[in-house]
Amino acid sequence: MTAETNTPPAPAADNQGRFVVIAWLVLSAVATPLVAIFLGPIIPPGNATVQGQGQVFDNQVMTALATPIVCLLVVYFAYTLATFRARRGAELVDGPPLREHHGIQVVWIIVTGIMVLFLAGFGTYELLKDGAGGGQGPNAIAFPPNHKNALEVQVIGQQWEFTYRYPSLGGMESSQLVLPANTDVELHVTSLDVIHSFWAVELGVKADANPGVDNVAYVETRDPLTFHVRCAELCGLWHGYMFNNGRIVSQSDFQTWATQAQKQYAPIAKYVPKYSHTYLPDPQRRAG
Amino acid sequence: MSSIAVATPPVWRRFVGFNMLTGIVLGVVGWYAGWYGGHGVVGPSIDYFGDVDYNEISVYLAYIGGVIGFLAGLGFLNYPIARLRGYPPSLREKETEGIGRYFSLCTDHKVVGIQYLWGVGLFFFIAGLNAMLIRFELLRPNHQVFPAGTYLTLVGLHGTMMMGIMTSGILGPFANYLVPLMIGARRMAFPRIESLTFWMLMAAGAVLETTIFFGGFPTGWTGYAPLANQANPGMDNYILFFALVGISMCLLGVNMLATIVTMRAPGLTWTRLPIFVWGVISTAILNVLAAPVLVAALGMAALDRTAQTNFYVTAAGGSSYLYQNLFWVFGHPEVYILALPGFGIVLELLPVFSRKPLWGYRLSVAGLLGVSLLSWFVWQHHLFVSGMNGDLRPFYMLSTELISIPTGFTFICGMMTIWRGHIRFTVPMLFCLAWFFNFLIGGLSGVFLSDTPSDVTTHGSFFSMAHFHYTIMGGLVFTFFAAIYYWVPKMFGYKLHEGMAKIHFWTMFVFFNSTFAPLFAIGFLGQPRRVVTYPSGLQFLNDWASVSAFLLGCSMLLFLWNLVYSLVFAKVPAEANPWGSKSIEFQLPSPVPVHNFDRIPVFSSDPYGYGEPARPLTIPAGAPAGRD
Amino acid sequence: MRTVGGKLLLTAAVVLAGGLLIGFYVAKLSTEAGSAAYTVPVQNENGHPVVNMEIMTVAAIGPNLSPNPDWVSYLIKDTSGQWRRETVWKLPANATVHVTIYNFDGASALRNNYLARPHGMVGNHITVDGKTVNSINPDDASHTFAVPQLDMILAIPGVADDAKNQCDIAPCPMSTAHRTISFTFHTKAPGHYRWQCFVPCAAGWIDGFGGPMQTIGYMDGFLDIT
Repeated sequence: MTAETNTPPAPAADNQGRFVVIAWLVLSAVATPLVAIFLGPIIPPGNATVQGQGQVFDNQVMTALATPIVCLLVVYFAYTLATFRARRGAELVDGPPLREHHGIQVVWIIVTGIMVLFLAGFGTYELLKDGAGGGQGPNAIAFPPNHKNALEVQVIGQQWEFTYRYPSLGGMESSQLVLPANTDVELHVTSLDVIHSFWAVELGVKADANPGVDNVAYVETRDPLTFHVRCAELCGLWHGYMFNNGRIVSQSDFQTWATQAQKQYAPIAKYVPKYSHTYLPDPQRRAG
Repeated sequence: MSSIAVATPPVWRRFVGFNMLTGIVLGVVGWYAGWYGGHGVVGPSIDYFGDVDYNEISVYLAYIGGVIGFLAGLGFLNYPIARLRGYPPSLREKETEGIGRYFSLCTDHKVVGIQYLWGVGLFFFIAGLNAMLIRFELLRPNHQVFPAGTYLTLVGLHGTMMMGIMTSGILGPFANYLVPLMIGARRMAFPRIESLTFWMLMAAGAVLETTIFFGGFPTGWTGYAPLANQANPGMDNYILFFALVGISMCLLGVNMLATIVTMRAPGLTWTRLPIFVWGVISTAILNVLAAPVLVAALGMAALDRTAQTNFYVTAAGGSSYLYQNLFWVFGHPEVYILALPGFGIVLELLPVFSRKPLWGYRLSVAGLLGVSLLSWFVWQHHLFVSGMNGDLRPFYMLSTELISIPTGFTFICGMMTIWRGHIRFTVPMLFCLAWFFNFLIGGLSGVFLSDTPSDVTTHGSFFSMAHFHYTIMGGLVFTFFAAIYYWVPKMFGYKLHEGMAKIHFWTMFVFFNSTFAPLFAIGFLGQPRRVVTYPSGLQFLNDWASVSAFLLGCSMLLFLWNLVYSLVFAKVPAEANPWGSKSIEFQLPSPVPVHNFDRIPVFSSDPYGYGEPARPLTIPAGAPAGRD
Repeated sequence: MRTVGGKLLLTAAVVLAGGLLIGFYVAKLSTEAGSAAYTVPVQNENGHPVVNMEIMTVAAIGPNLSPNPDWVSYLIKDTSGQWRRETVWKLPANATVHVTIYNFDGASALRNNYLARPHGMVGNHITVDGKTVNSINPDDASHTFAVPQLDMILAIPGVADDAKNQCDIAPCPMSTAHRTISFTFHTKAPGHYRWQCFVPCAAGWIDGFGGPMQTIGYMDGFLDIT
């Protein structure tokens, strides 16, 4: 991974060095706002959920920080490669024996260190403030503010389809993921066989589905929309086809759907095991 | 060579003896011995798949027998057996015979380096062919050229072959060839083991490719556990490939470290070592310590598949997390094994082509060793959303971000080296400059991935793929070609055609970026890795990447043609020091003679004395003859 | 190799050999573990395309139809009455498809019992041995036919363990013990729809999902709707 710098890469009393620094500062001052204005709004995953928006902001900050770094390298290499070319066909002449400069080294180390620590701290803050939509295992530590009243939805991954269970609807299982708008949702992701990964793209949620493990992820939905669910961990033959579409609908539409889905579920309800955070269905090996 | 007049033996006689041909023959014999031995020894009660008459144990024993037969046929058992029988120690085997020594156990480190170059190149192109097939499949989301299961095998073959072979991609050819020269030695510390690492790697590649005859494997190069337990016998090929590669890597690392620590010529203190050798040291440490973890993890996978153990089966008390963690404890140092030699090469070549000393030598060394050290503390960033312990995630975020700092040292030292130099845009230099561009993008995207909230979207997507292709291909493979163009004139004594080389560079650079840059977008837009289909809205970007990939493949073919043309047809002799380098290998004739140095040199400075008064780097008259 | 001509010849020979190897490699990969496509014949009823499919599921495919004789498999009947081990079926778009499945395999139970409820076909029910049912006891499930992209799934009940005259290897004659399942569904837009079995019926593999369950041409395939 590369490091970042705000430091002048040249010996102090050097006009060439100063020119590079000034050119870099000017380019950064121009490029960073442009990037923020034009690239910022289209950065994924989108604002459909609170967690998604948190990720967007995080990405925007990192992109904005990356811009001066890219500018530095662009300016530096453009200048040096143009200015310090060897004369064509001339004899091989050595350059000045500059072996090091303590000042530059120290400044570089300090500045890159500060940037790295800032990013780590900022990322930690974004992560801990609401979980950022990622799977946190059975003992989550990062909660959105209202998580105690969250709607619990279980995501069951199996080869090769996701199904969803709603304990608050009598443990009903459905092959469609429908979530109410403006609601805190507590997703419990687990698997029945191999490792899958539940990725709700526009919601900014991803949590691996491990067999026998309850992986919790939080998401706070906003307005209604249709989103894509894809499997993000290679799980065998149909991994690429393990997708469906989910929906966020208004609260009343959610109730309507819930009633209808429960009716459809009723005939099979007696066969489906009781709702639990993990399942280890038998048999494990098939013989015959 | 004897000076007594003897009749030249007939052609057929030259094929008899311990060489690759014998190795192949004995390998096949060993394979069948293992196969039928396995059938005889085991019954369905032991074998996991006995219910379906799959005899996994036969597969393992067959390939193990094959590899042992192959290595025995090459002659690797001869010396241990001779010593057991009381024969005195000897160092050299087959070092002065003709082209046959490239196809057998040869203790000349230069021969091993050249063997590695061709061997690594062969498997690199096979894996590249697999990549072309993958991109061909992804041209249309709703049409299957390869059946979906075979597509997964292709994906796995591409990744596994590349990762396994290219870990030795620079250490194999270039460290083996150059390290003894750069430290003023005549050989490596363990010459036979050096040759063993090469032939094991070749056997491993053959084992991996034949997975297509056993149904392939569905797990991709990471071989994740519960899925691996479910797979066809082709999975065993993967397991054995990485086991062999792991052993080869470990031995290679041990050899490098032993050589560099104990066999440096007089005057070569640690601060005078070429930076390339420091790159080798930092890589070799990781080789030695990380590879055994992989072998252990795969050993457990093999037991799960044959002996009905349940290391990775949650329902029976194991854990799917066990494999993930063991694999990535190896896997993260592994990617630095890929990247660090590239750092060493860039820093080694920039002084030559800017005519300035390496700026910040100690800082560079600190950077290399710092990356090496920190690489052990970051592996769970591959597992951020897996359900790992939530408290640990900020720690791994921090440690992964911290690795940017020593990586940055390479950037600043390289950048300051060219400042106020006299830059020559030779082909090796162009590849090194491209490294800065590619690794910047790769590194910055790595910062995004190391940030846990951002990782929630990008993990397991094409963004992650683009990141590691930019760092590994943009970093390692570009420096691999820089090394080839830089050192092939020395190794073979012939010049490579410069015009073709420049076209190769520019087409490779342009099409490499054109192939992988769209993948960042594709990943952000929701396409996971290793999928055979995708939403039709992403077809334009996928097609762009695929067509660029085909053109990238064409540029590789141009490189191949350059090699063939320059080394077989044109054969323009290269002078001893075509680049005007002050490094010691360029003070020797091209190609380097068998014994390397007439007399062991005495070092009085590092090889970066550009612009400084000349200090003799080479051999004073009274220099020691040196031990053999 | 001294002469330029000799070198050119050798280079050409190497290139040719390389090309042949690559060709063999690609050919092997594109035909490995796949299935030829079978175009199901279409009838026209009042301008509306109608298709009749007869499918068989067996416990062991046998050596004549597969290099893996003890793998479970689907087969489809062609117009001459032959049973073919092909699982990529070409169907017309916006058509009515009548499907009859003859199951000669025993029950292995579902991994996720939720999948025992038939839905997505006409009436959300299937006919088993003449009786219309809208749920199956998951313990009786032998295989499923599921097309997730059409949100259609049904569980296929299995032959009782103590049934007389069970079939050994495919193709199974109708005189051996079997269950008959029929249903109708509608195809919609053209596309490439995967179908799979959800019952972990791959004997010997962990989770019952290896081998034939992950290989197109046995328990997985495509509906190519054009």
